[in-house]
Amino acid sequence: MATFYYPCPRLQSAERDVSSFKLAERDVSSFKLAGRVFFLLLFLFTKRKRRERGFEMTLMVGSLQLGLIYGLLALGIYITFRILGIPDLTADGSFTLGMSVSAAMTVLQTADGTVLSLPGLGIFLAFLAGMAAGAVTGCLQTKLGIHPILSGILTMSGLYTVNLLILGSRSNVSLINGVGLFDSLNLMLGGDVDKNLIRTVIPVLFCVAAFLILSWFFRTHLGLCIRATGNNEDMVTASSINVDAMKITAIAIANGCVALSGAVLAQYQGYADLSSGTGTVVVGLASVIIGEVFFGKRSVVIGFASAITGAVIYRFLIALALKIDGFPAYALKLVSAVIVIIALSIPTVQAKLRFARQKREAKQHA
Amino acid sequence: MLDITGASKTFLQGTVNEHVALNRLDLHLDAGEFVTIVGSNGAGKSTLFNAIGGTFYLDSGRISLESRDITYLTEHKRAAFIGRIFQDPVKGTAPDMTIEENLSLAYNRRKLFGLNMGVQKKDVVFFREQLSQFGMGLEDRMKHKVGLLSGGQRQALTLLMATIAGPRLLLLDEHTAALDPAAAEKVMAITRDIVSREKLTTMMITHNIRSALRTGTRTIMLEDGKVILDISGKEREEMTVSRLMELYSHKANKTLDNDRMLLTKDENGQ
Repeated sequence: MATFYYPCPRLQSAERDVSSFKLAERDVSSFKLAGRVFFLLLFLFTKRKRRERGFEMTLMVGSLQLGLIYGLLALGIYITFRILGIPDLTADGSFTLGMSVSAAMTVLQTADGTVLSLPGLGIFLAFLAGMAAGAVTGCLQTKLGIHPILSGILTMSGLYTVNLLILGSRSNVSLINGVGLFDSLNLMLGGDVDKNLIRTVIPVLFCVAAFLILSWFFRTHLGLCIRATGNNEDMVTASSINVDAMKITAIAIANGCVALSGAVLAQYQGYADLSSGTGTVVVGLASVIIGEVFFGKRSVVIGFASAITGAVIYRFLIALALKIDGFPAYALKLVSAVIVIIALSIPTVQAKLRFARQKREAKQHA
Repeated sequence: MLDITGASKTFLQGTVNEHVALNRLDLHLDAGEFVTIVGSNGAGKSTLFNAIGGTFYLDSGRISLESRDITYLTEHKRAAFIGRIFQDPVKGTAPDMTIEENLSLAYNRRKLFGLNMGVQKKDVVFFREQLSQFGMGLEDRMKHKVGLLSGGQRQALTLLMATIAGPRLLLLDEHTAALDPAAAEKVMAITRDIVSREKLTTMMITHNIRSALRTGTRTIMLEDGKVILDISGKEREEMTVSRLMELYSHKANKTLDNDRMLLTKDENGQ
């Protein structure tokens, strides 16, 4: 068969595709280096302080516990942001939703005025509620064609009312009258186990379980379909898979994880607070990105491990940052936002620097 | 097998840019036919494929495949029995997933919502065997990400993905056009091989009239959303490129205007 050559713009786009792939690889490595230098500097900056006041072990253990709880959140954000490629703002609402459900189920008022505590069931229901919230966002963006970001914002706004309803029109509910998950496990084990050990073991169990289940799930046929949806929608449709159903499923699972994180946190800190969801997405994104600094972008399973690790490192960073004099606790959200901005802008900034260098070199040769 | 009756599709209806892409088009395909489709720019070739594949619905007319009316069936449902390959090699595969994952997705397309493992060991053996027939060495790269493959390799993989689940109809939309000449020839050879082995009913759009006349069993020419020429058998065997061009100018009352086709003609010296 005779073949003929003719100019074709598509070919160039295919070539560009390959080169941008290499570009991404290179970006990741310098991105990792930059990240490690950043953490090293932060470590050195706080070194003197730490020596002066003594290394506060309890603070570090506390950070680990919190980090693991927020690890569940990071898993949820990883699913929407990295696997599906959609930044999902529902998380701000579903995090508080998980908290509210978990808290409400721990201090249930029975008809005769006594308190009934069902923290385990509460956490399970919180997961389901989170999935429902995610499914709503998913339906908004697929079935009703609302912009993905706006869909998340709409659900998040609506959830504020739902959360207030669940908490009985109070913005803050303490679990002091009920028996939380941590206390009930302690009671089950005889009541004389080290409290701090239980506060570490429960988050570890949740993280390990979530990691194993998600790692299995994203290797099943359904999991492959979801990953392909985030990768190439055309190919998914051509393989006779319903793209909308995949998106809804993925966003639901992600928000289930986020709500689970909120639910465990409510048990851990002993209260649910209506405003604690603000900035959840940014915290999750920061965790995912910090994890990638250390693990790079590889397979999904490594991605899950890196998200959890990222969340723990994020908590350590905050513990360190709080030790710097003149660094108020309320600056944390700003720092989180800046971390995310820097990490997400690195590829663009690098491309610009490369282009500037190229222009400079071209000028020299001219 | 495939029956299209009175298919009409108008884009941007009621605006100055109104464009009638399909104009009461009728087409019938018998099982096992390999139809090549030629036509000038904007003749409605891709629109016809999009209508059959379900990218959009017709304004009027019906499409039925094996006596089943698919006119209003959604795109992903049609994909269960219609395999499609596009010009852009990037479109048919998921770049961040491995070769075996891509093939598994295409192969298990009717197992939706399955919580079985996505990649089955016994399937991989079958995939390797299929890939080895391409002679591209892809069978030894099952765990490599598809984004690392060349355009020709990706298109060959897409071809296998589109045909591995036994489609009733295969639509090829200039699927070798974005490849370099050697890769294009290779992918074309694989196409002929698969189509004849699986006895697939196939429609192929091509810019290359020579290839259109040499490949397959029947050639149709579209113009202004209608079939203006439909040849097969002896008439087709005797047809030459220049004769076809003449016929076109006669029927469409203008010279064939396809930027790619003219180049083909020049290089051919015909």
